[in-house]
Amino acid sequence: MIKAAEAMVKCLENEGIRVVFGYPGAAICPFYDALTHSDIRHILVRREDNAGHAASGYARMTGKPAVCIATSGPGAMNLMTAIATAYADSIPLVCITGQVSTDQIGCDVFQEVDTTGTAEPFVKYSYLIKDAAQLPKIFKEAFYIAGSGRNGPVLIDVPFDIQQTMIDFEYPETVELRTYKPTIKGNGLQIKKVCEALQTSERPLICAGGGVIAAKAEKELVAFAEKTKIPVVSTMMGLGIFPSEHPLFMGMLGMHGVRTANEAVSKCDTMLLIGARVGDRAVRSPKFLAETTKIIHIDVDPAEIGKNIHVDIPLVGDCRNILEELTAGIDSAERSEWLAELSEVKNTVPKEDETEGYVNPKMFIRKLSAKLPENTVCSADVGQNQIWTCNNFQFKHGKFITSGGMGTMGYSIPAAIGAKLASPDSEVVAICGDGSFQMEMMELATIVQEKVPIKIIIMRNNRLGMVRELQTNVYKDNQTAVHIADGNPDFVMLAKSYGINAERVSTMAEAEKAIEHLCNSKEAYLLECNVWRNESTL
Amino acid sequence: MKHTISILVENHAGVLSRISGLFSRRGFNIDSLAVGETDDPEISRVTIVADGDEHTVEQLEKQLNKLIDTLKVKALAPDELLSRELQLIKINAQPKQRNEILTICEIMGAKIIDISQTTMTIEISDTTMHLARFEELIRPYGIKEIVRTGVIAIQKGAETIRK
Repeated sequence: MIKAAEAMVKCLENEGIRVVFGYPGAAICPFYDALTHSDIRHILVRREDNAGHAASGYARMTGKPAVCIATSGPGAMNLMTAIATAYADSIPLVCITGQVSTDQIGCDVFQEVDTTGTAEPFVKYSYLIKDAAQLPKIFKEAFYIAGSGRNGPVLIDVPFDIQQTMIDFEYPETVELRTYKPTIKGNGLQIKKVCEALQTSERPLICAGGGVIAAKAEKELVAFAEKTKIPVVSTMMGLGIFPSEHPLFMGMLGMHGVRTANEAVSKCDTMLLIGARVGDRAVRSPKFLAETTKIIHIDVDPAEIGKNIHVDIPLVGDCRNILEELTAGIDSAERSEWLAELSEVKNTVPKEDETEGYVNPKMFIRKLSAKLPENTVCSADVGQNQIWTCNNFQFKHGKFITSGGMGTMGYSIPAAIGAKLASPDSEVVAICGDGSFQMEMMELATIVQEKVPIKIIIMRNNRLGMVRELQTNVYKDNQTAVHIADGNPDFVMLAKSYGINAERVSTMAEAEKAIEHLCNSKEAYLLECNVWRNESTL
Repeated sequence: MKHTISILVENHAGVLSRISGLFSRRGFNIDSLAVGETDDPEISRVTIVADGDEHTVEQLEKQLNKLIDTLKVKALAPDELLSRELQLIKINAQPKQRNEILTICEIMGAKIIDISQTTMTIEISDTTMHLARFEELIRPYGIKEIVRTGVIAIQKGAETIRK
């Protein structure tokens, strides 16, 4: 017999977990005690939500569930934003929280909160363990649920006394869940229909979302598009599937997307949505689109099909599996006219001005990404910095990670930490604004203490720029609560106080030198770019 | 339009809150919800009557199916289902009114299950529409209290939810 706390650690070991992210507290102490006897590396973050975001970054590299840990009450509550963020982007997480002892549950004792109840709307599933003997089975199920079908966060709330209970430990080899059987293989008849629809279409378009990445189907999608010569646009979550320079790739669509992509969407006669949930920022007016365009929707989650858009041909299943079948079942084609039309728009590069004394963020990101290694992982925060990155970063064979669905500020740095720990050989760059940076700057401590050499770029425009722009355009330029200059610290000195090398640049010439320094640095590095306060998002 | 949806779920703690939470956060309106154990004690059957158009019901079914604890979801077509709702009604009933009330109950298939000097308590189990008619008939006596279980439903003929 072993303590359930030890069993928790053994469960993680059995799942092949090498790194966990967390922040301790009284109610989770038995687990932390047991964790010291394991080879699993614990990354101590500086606030619990960042444990969740770091695990998210880690999971997006490995494609498997990653683990974050928090204590009961405030610890669990701080974790909530990260859980909701992971849910919105379908990221597989197993979140472990301590809970007060079972006999105290419901008594409003110190650091007690209804954790599973709070998280219920934005977890894929959750457990409150009341019988210690069930713990191994629950862990096995949690990892399976988190990382299968449509990925998502699963929460396990473990009361203090349960962690102390002695149990027989045997990790189950299989999962028996009669109520949960995700559809993997696509329906043959539907696959045929999709092939026919695409073959008879004159102006087909593929819209790829994060589901393609979750299914590890990037190569399969590229192969399918290349065989059929169908142009591709991507949602924010789908960025990185196609290299930016690929002749079939037309960029990100939507409210903050590029003109080429949006023209492709409005001109196509058939749109194949794959692993994309037709979010409001991606397809602003689905009703208009549905009237003129035949819609094919491929998703592993049947509930996404027909939720936001009328679908002509639904196809449920795993993207990779289906793409393989589609590629095999469809004839190769040439579509020179349609592609030429789109390429013309794609190749009209808008002219950009440099404002004296400032770094043009769009130019900067293009220059930066040109210098970075091909397998660079780029983590963008939320705000103007995110859109600048989406539309200007030249993706090659790396990955792009960001909080797409929830738009959670303060995601980029912790996610980059997680990504770097999962892919130590990749360069990992976090791009944020001066607003979002201040929601995550406590993690500089984690970077230093855990020696995680990520590169951070702050686009400092002394504004909460996205909201400033909204106020300018919609609220008659009544700028309120978006000026942060008076409170901004000296970011370079701040980084240096942590022992992180940092620079500030205010011209493109300086920026180009700094990019060299950034690329050459073996250690963490922070670069502050002085950006004009009224720089536009698009 | 009203839709009757039957759901088989694992009889776990928290299942009901997952189902009701789904309705509120997805903006679906529930008219009634009834839940109880089935012949298999590990499985509960939930019957929900909800309001909405075809698209809403299709979404509802999909979202319910997506819940990890859900074994089976079935929207029962109105002409293929038998539905019942149990209602207990306490009405004002002076001794001289008792016979009159008794006659109504007899005709409508209701049962008197309790009596006091000034009240009668009636039990009736039938379709929601029938219950509404009965309520009309006894309203003039003065309704003191009504309790209802919510609709439960089953398919007509040999078909079951599992098949």
